[in-house]
Amino acid sequence: MSPRARTPTEQEAHGRRGRPITDHDAHEINRVEELSYDLKISDVMSVDLHSASPEMPLSKVLDILRINRISGLPVVEEGKLAGILSIEDIVRAMQKNDLSAPASQYMTREVTTAVSYDSIIKALRTFTERGLGRLPVLDENHKLVGMLTKGDITRGILVALQKDYQEEEVRRYRASHLFEDIISERTTLVLRYTIKAGDFTQGGKASSHIKRALIRLGADPQITRRCCIAVYEAEMNLIIHTTNGGILKLEVEPHRITMSATDDGPGIADTEKVFQPGYSTATEEVREMGFGAGMGLVNMKRCVDSIELNSTVGKSTKLVMRIFVPDQTFGASRDGQNNEPSKNH
Amino acid sequence: MHLKDIIKLVDGMPLNPEVDLNIKIRGVCGADLMSDVLASSQPKAVLLTGLTNPQVVRTAQIAEFRAIIFVRGKQPQAETIDIATQEKMPLISSPFGMFELCGRLHKAGLPSFESNEPAS
Repeated sequence: MSPRARTPTEQEAHGRRGRPITDHDAHEINRVEELSYDLKISDVMSVDLHSASPEMPLSKVLDILRINRISGLPVVEEGKLAGILSIEDIVRAMQKNDLSAPASQYMTREVTTAVSYDSIIKALRTFTERGLGRLPVLDENHKLVGMLTKGDITRGILVALQKDYQEEEVRRYRASHLFEDIISERTTLVLRYTIKAGDFTQGGKASSHIKRALIRLGADPQITRRCCIAVYEAEMNLIIHTTNGGILKLEVEPHRITMSATDDGPGIADTEKVFQPGYSTATEEVREMGFGAGMGLVNMKRCVDSIELNSTVGKSTKLVMRIFVPDQTFGASRDGQNNEPSKNH
Repeated sequence: MHLKDIIKLVDGMPLNPEVDLNIKIRGVCGADLMSDVLASSQPKAVLLTGLTNPQVVRTAQIAEFRAIIFVRGKQPQAETIDIATQEKMPLISSPFGMFELCGRLHKAGLPSFESNEPAS
C-alpha cells in the first residue's frame, strides 16, 4: 500500500455491506449501479494529462500542481509510468528543504493503476479497497493515457444520468405532441400486430405495447384503460378462438381510436349470441386459465363507444371497436398521467 | 397501505424481489376469472388470485394493478415471473387461502376495489 493511503471508513471498506440495503436504496441505486458496469474508465477519466519526467525538480512539480490545481502527478519515463507524486510527497521534500531534488527521488514507485477498458465499478472497488485518491490509467500497451479520481467517476455518472433524462424528455415531448406537430387533413397513426393462434405465453403482449404507446402519446388515463381492456380481450380471443391467428390493429386519430381484430376463421355462427353474458365456446383448458367465461365481448362493449362484429362461418371474422376521444386528449398532457390539460395549444 | 406492510400481514414471500416493493396499494380485488378482473376492478389495487399463468400478469397490467398475491403458497411458472419482472409487477406468494387473505386485508383497513355492479 502506498504511503499516502488513509484508512478507509467502515462504509467505504464494506461498500453497503455495513447495513442492510433497503428497497428504497435498491430502487435509487439501480441505474447508477448499472452505469458503474456500463461506463468504461476511459469514458470518465481526465485525459488532459500533466506529467513529470523522473529528472524534473520537485519545485517545478509543485508549480504544475499549483497552476493546474491538482493534487497528484504521474511520473513518466519513455511513455511508461515510472511512479506517482502527490502533495504529501512534496511536503516530505519541503520538510527536508529538498525541493531541488529530482521527482524520481520522492515519487512512489509501486503504483496501483487502472486499465482504460475496465468498467468504472472496478476502479471504485480499487479506490475502496486501497483507500486511494487517484489512479493512473493505462491502456492495453501499459501506456499512461489518463488519470482517474472519485470525482471523475461521480461526474461521469451524473453526465450519463443527465443524458438518460434528456433523451427520455425529448422522446416524451416528441411523441406527445405528434398530432399537433404534423399537419395534414387527416393524420392517423396505425399500430399493427400479428397474433398467433394458441400462443398463450405471448398473450397480452400486443395490448401491453399498445398501452405504452397510448401513454406515450399523452392519451387520457381513463381512455387508455378502456382501450387497453378492449384490445386485450380481443387479443386473447384471437389466441383462443382462431384457426391461424389474426391481426390486431389500432388506428389513432386526434378525435378517435379505432381498434380492429381480423382473422380467417373459423368464423362465428351467431354474432348476436356472443354478446350474451356467459355464452362461451371456450375449451376446459382455456377456462382453467381464467378465460372463456363468456364475458369477453360483453366486456369489450362496455369499454368502447361503438362495436361491430361481422363474421362468415368458415371464412373470416372482423371486429371493429371505436372510442371517441374528446378534443385535446392527445398532446394535452405531457405524460398522460397527471398533468392538467393545457388549453392553450 | 404500503406493499411491504401487506407482505408482512399475509406472511408473503416476494417472488421477484428485484422489482420495487416500495409502492402504495389502495385496495384489493380477489378473482380467478380474468374477465371479472378486467370488468370490475379499479386501478392501484393488489390482485389476490389462485391462477399462476403468464396471463395473470398481463391481465393485472392491463387492469392497472400494482401487485399480485398468489393464494395457498402457489408458485407460478418461470415465464410468469419473467414477464412480471419485465413489466415491474411485484409477485408475492402467501401461504393463506383466498378467504383468509381477504379477511386479513379487509381487517387491516384495505377497501374492496371490486365494483358491485352486476356483471351483465
